[in-house]
Amino acid sequence: MPHEETKGFMSSSAEACTGKGTCHRGGHAARLGANRRTDLWWIAPLLIFLGFSAFGVYTAWAAFQGQHYYAHPYLSPFYSPVIFVNTAAAGAAPLEHAWLGLWPDWWPAILPASPAFFILIFPLIFRGTCYYYRKAYYRSFFATPPGCSVGPIPQKNYKGETFLLVVQNLHRYTMYIALCFVVILYYDAFVAFFKDGRFGCGVGTLVLLINATLLGLYTTGCHVVRHIVGGRLNSFGSCECGSLQYGVYQKVSFLNSHHMGLAWVSLFWVGFTDIYVRLVSMGILTDLNTWGY
Amino acid sequence: MLNISEIQTIKHDVIVIGAGGAGLRAAIECSAQGLNTGIVCKSLLGKAHTVMAEGGLAAAMGNVNPHDNWKIHFRDTMRGGKFLNQWRMAELHAKEAPARVRELEEWGAVFDRTKDGLINQRNFGGHRYPRLVHVGDRTGLELIRTLQDHGIHQGIEVHMECTALDLLKDGDRVAGVVAYWRETGRFVIFQAKAVILATGGACKAWSINSNSWEYTGDGLAMAYRAGGELMDVEFVQFHPTGMVWPPSVRGTLVTEAVRGDGGILLNNKGKRFMFGYIPEKFAPETADTEEEANRWLKGDTSARRPPELLTRDVVARAIKKEVEEGRGSPHGGVFLDIANRLPADRIKKQLPSMYHQFKELAGLDITKEPMEVGPTAHYWMGGIRVDSDTQETRVPGLFACGECAAGLHGANRLGGNSLSDLVVFGRRAGLGAKAYISKLSNTPKTDAGQIQSIVKGATDILNRESGKNPYLIHEDLQNTMQKYVGILRIEEELQTGLVELERLKKDTASVKAHGTSQFNPGWSEAIDLRNLLICAEAVNRAALERQESRGGHSRLDYPGERDEGLTFNVIISKGNDGMNVRKEPRKDPPKELASMAYATLEALEGRHGS
Amino acid sequence: MAPKRKFRVWRGQGTEGRFEEYEVAVDPGMVVLDVLHRIQAERVNDLAVRWNCKAGKCGSCAMEINGKPKLSCMTRMDTFKGNEPITIQPMKTFDVIKDLVTDVRWNYEQNKRIPNLKPKPRDPDGHYRMAQKSIDRIQEFRKCIECFLCQDVCHVLRDQDKKDKFVGPRFMHRLANLEMHPLDTVDRIPAIRRDFGSGMCNITKCCSEVCPESIAITDNAIIPLKERVVSRYYDPVLWILRKIFGPKKTKSCGCSK
Repeated sequence: MPHEETKGFMSSSAEACTGKGTCHRGGHAARLGANRRTDLWWIAPLLIFLGFSAFGVYTAWAAFQGQHYYAHPYLSPFYSPVIFVNTAAAGAAPLEHAWLGLWPDWWPAILPASPAFFILIFPLIFRGTCYYYRKAYYRSFFATPPGCSVGPIPQKNYKGETFLLVVQNLHRYTMYIALCFVVILYYDAFVAFFKDGRFGCGVGTLVLLINATLLGLYTTGCHVVRHIVGGRLNSFGSCECGSLQYGVYQKVSFLNSHHMGLAWVSLFWVGFTDIYVRLVSMGILTDLNTWGY
Repeated sequence: MLNISEIQTIKHDVIVIGAGGAGLRAAIECSAQGLNTGIVCKSLLGKAHTVMAEGGLAAAMGNVNPHDNWKIHFRDTMRGGKFLNQWRMAELHAKEAPARVRELEEWGAVFDRTKDGLINQRNFGGHRYPRLVHVGDRTGLELIRTLQDHGIHQGIEVHMECTALDLLKDGDRVAGVVAYWRETGRFVIFQAKAVILATGGACKAWSINSNSWEYTGDGLAMAYRAGGELMDVEFVQFHPTGMVWPPSVRGTLVTEAVRGDGGILLNNKGKRFMFGYIPEKFAPETADTEEEANRWLKGDTSARRPPELLTRDVVARAIKKEVEEGRGSPHGGVFLDIANRLPADRIKKQLPSMYHQFKELAGLDITKEPMEVGPTAHYWMGGIRVDSDTQETRVPGLFACGECAAGLHGANRLGGNSLSDLVVFGRRAGLGAKAYISKLSNTPKTDAGQIQSIVKGATDILNRESGKNPYLIHEDLQNTMQKYVGILRIEEELQTGLVELERLKKDTASVKAHGTSQFNPGWSEAIDLRNLLICAEAVNRAALERQESRGGHSRLDYPGERDEGLTFNVIISKGNDGMNVRKEPRKDPPKELASMAYATLEALEGRHGS
Repeated sequence: MAPKRKFRVWRGQGTEGRFEEYEVAVDPGMVVLDVLHRIQAERVNDLAVRWNCKAGKCGSCAMEINGKPKLSCMTRMDTFKGNEPITIQPMKTFDVIKDLVTDVRWNYEQNKRIPNLKPKPRDPDGHYRMAQKSIDRIQEFRKCIECFLCQDVCHVLRDQDKKDKFVGPRFMHRLANLEMHPLDTVDRIPAIRRDFGSGMCNITKCCSEVCPESIAITDNAIIPLKERVVSRYYDPVLWILRKIFGPKKTKSCGCSK
């Protein structure tokens, strides 16, 4: 048993300072943005801020359009799958694409009849709860902290992801939905190989195919997938024999190590896909393809 | 006058000084034996030099080669130590190491595995079979972290950043130790029934060394002052491969595992020079062509080992010779090449910290270029004379284990035997302390006069008006030892060394540290210097006494081993007017052990007639 | 003559202190710790700085160099271009004892709170068997040299001052090491959520950025632990399944020999 002279495990001659504001901290300041870094640490958060903002603005604009999202046989991923269709809109998908037929009457008049409204929420919550995006926007938008060893926005009682942000823990459900979307987008790309029943291929087909693939890689490289396929296990066996599960875990881990890159590339490409379809639909761009029209 | 009653006093049954592998293992054992245990360390917990041990821990588990057993490990250790080892210690060590490894695994160590999921073992210099339990090239870190994480749950009290000054005695017996807190400079008395020293070596006495600032031989000097004996201290291991460039990292260790995994030594002519330095005794077990060495590396059991894996003393002397004869690398070393021997990804996987170390510190990619390496003072084979079974020193109640204790390694230590030494004899020291305390009829008392003089010796350094700069004296000492008591020794130089040391002793007597006592590295340096000087002098005198070349001790004027050399150990003790040196006759080994050590491998492996 | 360079070094005890400027000759190959040693040997004998191995293996010499948490022994001087003075400070998260030395005892207390490994029984032949592929993950965490740079940079400890709610990255990956250990039998998930504060981390990844051992603390330790906590506490489907079928036993992917 410890003797009276010592105070518990780590004894030393001085009282430990509690660090609650009274102790000077070696020349460190405590305000937002305070730092002594001499490198260009602020560039990355700034670029992320600009990148997300630009994408957000474009996506909102594109969603409110409700038109020019279809250029036969290409469907913009922002609008896929089409639940209801307003066939009167310019560049709208044909009726047979809509899962539930014509645009419903109950739709409030003040909102444009845009099929994107039914869709975009899902990728948004998937990306919004993604572990990479969380890092990016906690840094760039919420400044908690803006950079490493850079003063964050002062908070009285920081709670991290234990309070309101506890919803981030539902990321795995958003991933299940996102996986469904990957399947649908592959289906869209498959459909884009056929124009009026004839097999062929256009630039748009490839754009759609790449889009589905990038989203697929981004989604399957997600931290939750990594957990499900192997991260939850403590052992992959006790000997060096082959294990399918370990192989899958390795591959997912590889993708996961490129999660940030895939997050950005797939984000860029999905926006680009919408722009491409939109421009073709509007007649501004001519789609090069084997069909010849 | 100082008021003793104002000094903080902490009571323990046992106080362990030093929290490296041996100290932690000893403390764990003491605690497990129900003793109230405290451990004192100069740095933070987990920073001790054990973390620098890279290659592995030798234990004849036979996981990789089932032929291996304790007898072969014992034989390798004796041969590596040029038969000057304490027979009983080498026996206990070889027998008990596997059990200590299993214990570590149970406590959380995660060693590399074989294909069957067992603990993997690697080849190393002087070891007949793959024997080194390892984790990449950071085995020491694994060992210390495992002991640390286990130890903190055992009720051991850890006194960090606390430096022991001197032992207290009650008559003949040890009664505790006086120390000071680095943070405040205040003194503290640890009262204890038994003290275990686990303070490591004193290679900080040489200018090119692989040790951190802590390795100033505190335990050796404390034991010496308290009436203990130092043994075999002429044997200092110069590790053949330390970094030589850039200057700021000169001496930093490059693990032997580089050679164990296939690395070769080349001179500036591109010649693999080790083939020219194979001692007669090892010739039957060493490859004499590159072709055979390569076959061995691929696992061909009929091939013999590459000469790069000869014992460390042989390799270190060979490198020194190559450099002296003008065949060295640009910065005064030789080349160690792994880049052309293993694919880049294997190097990064098997030697990650070496890759990192050269990349960061020397700006060199070891997967592409050869390293430059040279000998560096690395390890004390000798140390405090202890009983082989209990690790008790000549002072009742004072125990020593790990590098600061003598006996296991003889004249030369095999790589990988130090980590096993720590856990085997750390535990034994704990058991020894327990046995000693159980027999103790009354608790030893501390003496105020002793405390006062210890404290005064330390505070004088701060209080005197002026004096020499401790850093400069230390530098002077290191240059002296490097020059006169280095790898290759000769009578005249050793004598000059003694004269120089006398001068340094005088300087040290008037050393002055500026500033206050609070976290003052200058003060610590000055205090440690006193210990370092005792260690340096002991090596110097012992080196004069041993008139032969054996293992880590090479005399240019007495080349080669002499039969007479096996008949004694050099013992250093404190006399009334300076250091006493004497030759202590060695006892004859038990017949069984002797026949084992001199047996052929075939006989030991039960492969008669092959 | 080696070129000289200006250094602004924090000097002081406890709550008081100031930056002091030193001009030091910088030789080729020198690291920041060499500079501090030179100042110590030639100018200020009592400049307080922790160090041991000087090879990036012990993690003693953690400090902040030009605002970045770093090991001074692994920070080469030739990485600093230009001629601006180099600022050297103690770590921010911990209180200053003297100069560049901080009080890191809190970390050791956290380690003590974590239940150590309790292995399952050995195989009948006395061995434990684990495949290398099963332990690769935890060996990454065991590279940790306890420099506490991750603890220093973690804003939860550094700026939000939540040492009572979060053990910090170093001990999150210590927990991950134990939780993912193939032999372990202790369930630490409830404590990881409640006592050790897995939810306090907002995965901004600075710990991974500063780690001198390049341990992917966030991706490989904290996020996997968070996911295990989700499975236990926040996944409604798993919760219902557990209600129906009882608690799931820890499964390991079978590999019969």
